[in-house]
Amino acid sequence: MYDDINTNISEEYKKYLKSHRRKKSAIRISRIILLIFIFVLWEIAAQKEWIDPFIMSQPSRILETLITMGKDGSLFIHTGVTVYETIVGFVIGTILGTLIAIALWWSDFLASVLDPYLVVLNALPKTALGPIILVWIGGTTKSIIVMALLFSIVVTIINVYTSFRSCDEDKIKLLKTFGANKKQILRKVVLPSGITSIISTLKINVGLSLVGVIVGEFLVSKAGLGYLIIYGGQVFKMDLVMTSVIILAIVAAVLYLSVLWIEKRVLKMM
Amino acid sequence: MDKVVEVIDVSMNYHTLEGETEAIRKLNFDIMNGEFVSIVGPSGCGKSTLLSLISGILTPTSGKVLINGKKVEGPSASVGYMLQKDHLFEWRNIMKNITIGLEIQGKLNKENQEFVEQLLKEYGLYEFRNHYPRQLSGGMRQRVALIRTLATKPNILLLDEPFSALDYQTKIAISEEVWLILKKEKKTAILVTHDLAEAISMSDRIIVLTKRPAEIKSMHQINLSCDCKTPITCREAPEFRIYFNKIWKELDVHV
Ligand SMILES: Nc1ncnc2c1ncn2[C@@H]1O[C@H](COP(=O)(O)OP(=O)(O)OP(=O)(O)O)[C@@H](O)[C@H]1O
Ligand SMILES: [Mg+2]
Repeated sequence: MYDDINTNISEEYKKYLKSHRRKKSAIRISRIILLIFIFVLWEIAAQKEWIDPFIMSQPSRILETLITMGKDGSLFIHTGVTVYETIVGFVIGTILGTLIAIALWWSDFLASVLDPYLVVLNALPKTALGPIILVWIGGTTKSIIVMALLFSIVVTIINVYTSFRSCDEDKIKLLKTFGANKKQILRKVVLPSGITSIISTLKINVGLSLVGVIVGEFLVSKAGLGYLIIYGGQVFKMDLVMTSVIILAIVAAVLYLSVLWIEKRVLKMM
Repeated sequence: MDKVVEVIDVSMNYHTLEGETEAIRKLNFDIMNGEFVSIVGPSGCGKSTLLSLISGILTPTSGKVLINGKKVEGPSASVGYMLQKDHLFEWRNIMKNITIGLEIQGKLNKENQEFVEQLLKEYGLYEFRNHYPRQLSGGMRQRVALIRTLATKPNILLLDEPFSALDYQTKIAISEEVWLILKKEKKTAILVTHDLAEAISMSDRIIVLTKRPAEIKSMHQINLSCDCKTPITCREAPEFRIYFNKIWKELDVHV
């Protein structure tokens, strides 16, 4: 009754919508042209030897590398490893971080005690912990996942806890008037009203987990895109490095878009 | 008539690191069954605190509150509390908003579900049960908040400035409606308000509090000569003005 949109749109409004759509498609086309332009320029510069293709690589060689890697399957193995590690680290980081945030919300005492530790951990460059984890856990996938987790968990704890704290006091009071206990307050108001900020943390987290995974792969060096980049750099195969970086960019974009998609879904469900 | 609420020697001090705030000092009064009592007093004098004490979400520093002769030791199902804003949860539809109290008290059974549906029908909100709060007007939201309070079947309703967020016309209409609902359901009600006209038009009795720490300044039994007594017709009664001026003077508002 209140939410149905006016169905007989005026001419002016139609015009407005049309110009809006036109602007949007112009932006999209320009983006694609820019991308093509960069690659074409790169290719020409390499062929005319304005730049040294051995150091700078070039699009045609990247394509070649991509095809050979696709044929021998290494493309999928390395990408798969990186994606797998990122997702596992990301999911564990988000769940564990949220659980810890709940614990902090539950106990003011615990939150006050841990506050300075969280601040320092948040400020500390997590990369510095890499060698320690490597020694403690060993050069396995496990330590790479732990790296991914380390990168995302502190931010999760801080963001989610902050959102719990900012839950409307009066809404809590309302539940208390019905005699709600702490668990009910958490379930019925604190979690649902914090869900939007939990989800927006996901967007940050997925990027951070990927950083953690790449750092981990740099250190452990067995498989994954991070490994390919380090290895390619060491043996001076710049084509391999560039190819891996481009795949990594695509992986990052796909992961981010997936989280965005999940966000939309969850928000719609509510 | 029976006493349903007894406030006995109640004092309340808030303690914070900045210091101690004495909000309420040695308050004594009773509320009778079915009575509609308004509490007025200067801003910040401790009115909301008083309602929280009666509802049991706060414990008095000294003294006690009795509900139906029993000492209040925490929130109970016999007391419903309606806050200043509706505080509807945006992520729940109207039906789910209304049943939240029942959910918390573990009383969401078929019988109560039917009771809620009947309330919704009676007060013109049934078609909106699957809507979300943002799709409702301010007055409708306030009515939903009232039904949410009534859903747990309290005998006593505490109303903390429930109409102050509404525009003037809606406020008059909704207060009339709420008053009729409460009379029909035979509820005892305690209303905190800043609006003196609202207090006089709705109440059987008005308690005037002093500025903080709140003590009772005076009590007024409201007797208006009008045929069918509802808040709107009461505003036309000849005595209305007299009460208004008298209590206004007592409130001692300096502009
Ligand atoms: N949780 C609290 N901690 C410390 N002081 C408080 C707290 N709640 C209220 N107070 C203080 O107690 C006094 C009474 O507050 P209360 O909210 O009961 O007043 P009120 O009469 O409802 O005010 P208003 O008319 O503005 O609604 C105020 O001085 C307020 O600052
Ligand atoms: Mg108040």
